[in-house]
Amino acid sequence: MGNPNVGKSVVFNRITGANVIASNYAGTTVEFTKGCMKLGDKRAELIDVPGTYTLEPTCRAEEIAVKMLNERKDGDVVINVVESTNLERSLNLTLQLLKHKVPVVVALNFWDETKHKGISIDNKKLEEILGVPCVPICAVTGEGVNHLVEKITDAKHSGYEYEDNERWQKIGSIVDEVQKITHHHHTWLERLGDASVRPLTGIPIAVIVMFLAFKVIRFIGEGLIGYVGEPVFEKLWAPVMMKLSAVMGSGGFLHDLVIGQLIDGEIDFGQSFGLLTTGLFVPIGAVLPYVFAFYVVLSFLEDLGFIPRLAVMVDTLMHKLGLHGFAIVPMLLGLGCNVPGALATRILETRREKFIAATLLSIAVPCAALQAMIVGLVGEHGLGYLAIIYGTLLAVWVLLGVIFNKTVKGESPEIFIEIPPYRIPYIRSLAKKIWIRIKWFLKEAIPFVLLGVFIVNILYTFGIIQFVGKITAPVVTHVLGLPQEAVGALIVGFLRKDVAVGMLVPLGLTIKQLVIASVVLAMYFPCVATFTTLLKELGVVDMLKSATIMIVSSLIVGGLLNLVLP
Amino acid sequence: MSEAKTHRISLAQMRSGQKGRIVEINGGYGLARKLDALGIRTGKEIKKISEQLMRGPVLLQQNHTQAAVGFGMASKVLVEITGED
Repeated sequence: MGNPNVGKSVVFNRITGANVIASNYAGTTVEFTKGCMKLGDKRAELIDVPGTYTLEPTCRAEEIAVKMLNERKDGDVVINVVESTNLERSLNLTLQLLKHKVPVVVALNFWDETKHKGISIDNKKLEEILGVPCVPICAVTGEGVNHLVEKITDAKHSGYEYEDNERWQKIGSIVDEVQKITHHHHTWLERLGDASVRPLTGIPIAVIVMFLAFKVIRFIGEGLIGYVGEPVFEKLWAPVMMKLSAVMGSGGFLHDLVIGQLIDGEIDFGQSFGLLTTGLFVPIGAVLPYVFAFYVVLSFLEDLGFIPRLAVMVDTLMHKLGLHGFAIVPMLLGLGCNVPGALATRILETRREKFIAATLLSIAVPCAALQAMIVGLVGEHGLGYLAIIYGTLLAVWVLLGVIFNKTVKGESPEIFIEIPPYRIPYIRSLAKKIWIRIKWFLKEAIPFVLLGVFIVNILYTFGIIQFVGKITAPVVTHVLGLPQEAVGALIVGFLRKDVAVGMLVPLGLTIKQLVIASVVLAMYFPCVATFTTLLKELGVVDMLKSATIMIVSSLIVGGLLNLVLP
Repeated sequence: MSEAKTHRISLAQMRSGQKGRIVEINGGYGLARKLDALGIRTGKEIKKISEQLMRGPVLLQQNHTQAAVGFGMASKVLVEITGED
């Protein structure tokens, strides 16, 4: 346990070899994770708990932390991770833990940073005063972590006694005794940190960072598709599939299911729609490069400590939408995948904020998979059309937010966040985090894409799409201006939106229809993975409200685009 | 006493770069507790780092902790100015 953003998850990953996402801002962990570790010749269970400043919880994530502590069993030990550069504040929680009469071992993390900051701490003396082991560590590099593990068996109840009302005085005197501060010059990282939260310098910095982020994502994404994804599929995979196609008799139901339709006697990975052709090409060839590129950039900015500063810069704007600046976190995560975005709404305090953030997220924040397909399909008609799609979604995001701010009942509190120092990302933990996210994407995406492609085949074979198309024609054709078959994309979009965009390819839509279909697909309903997450986070009542808003607003916006676009 | 009163201003009114000692937190239990958790409480010296345009959040530093608080909260933290960078 420990304060937010002191590196609990990094310590957890180090000890258990598990893979939990860790970043340089408070609130990365909103749930507890269990892992196994070896303790001598025994196996022990280690639990990664969300950060908390105190044992009197002020938000949901802190409640979970306190609940974990209260439900502990005999023999359980608390590893209290503290920030050595912020000893005074960290000890507040430590003393509260000691009072709970639970065996504690203290891990003094960021030990390396104390030297740069002119802080020297006498950990032996601290050990004497507190009566529990205090081990200096640097979790990202792993220094001292083995020593920490050895000390777990030494954890004990502390004899340290104090009255609650004199806690801060006690902390003050402990800090005076064990810590010496010498003057230090401001590092360039500290200067940059301050510069990025002053309006005059912060706004340009934020704009430049976002612009660079966008450029880097496109560069990596396009590069990987052009030089790796397409060559591998066209040159290596296509011949294999052609042989298989010949073996399977170049036609028939099973052939079409596995290989798909041959277009002019060839496999077209965009249009064939077989499980082993389009079903593999969409997640791996088309989407993965952009997902990878997005997570490289996001993970870097997270570990650097840029995200909370961005939250401060956008706070005033977000207040117009009934949210505060930190609500930018679920939105940014949502640009990768809406599921972690929806989970991250837990960092918001009130039901009103959660409802607004979750609804805006699932309506107007397209995930990387959907974006990759839209960019691939619409991009070749010119950047202007992409700008219409993104511009429309941004306008919807702002406009709906303003409406929610005026109509949704409840409270939206002000921003209150700790701003961590900028830290140079440690390359190995960065790589590990990107790998965790990619693995998660592949595990989530591939089965659902394959299921999506399978269902597409079933729907066509049994004429279901044509049938539903006739029924929904008044809406799909007259309001949205799309052909009847486009309803198939809306059905499959509930499973995977990238497959749904892929289904538009063989329909030969005009660019106007492509733009409308892309916007409607982004807005009309979340995919099933996001839907189940939202249902858990919001509850049935708010989810029903949210879903109604999604469907209605997508029809209005799609209809308007149909009227307005030439 | 009256002279001390005149030097009292809120964190929101401080200029960026000014330092001050907290003399009172008017925000009720919730705000005091949140600030307390970060080690920011009456008697502590804080420094204002920056403020955003249009009554946006205020950034303050105490010891090695930086925090951003909303303008409304910042108006409820009263300080006596002690110096300037």
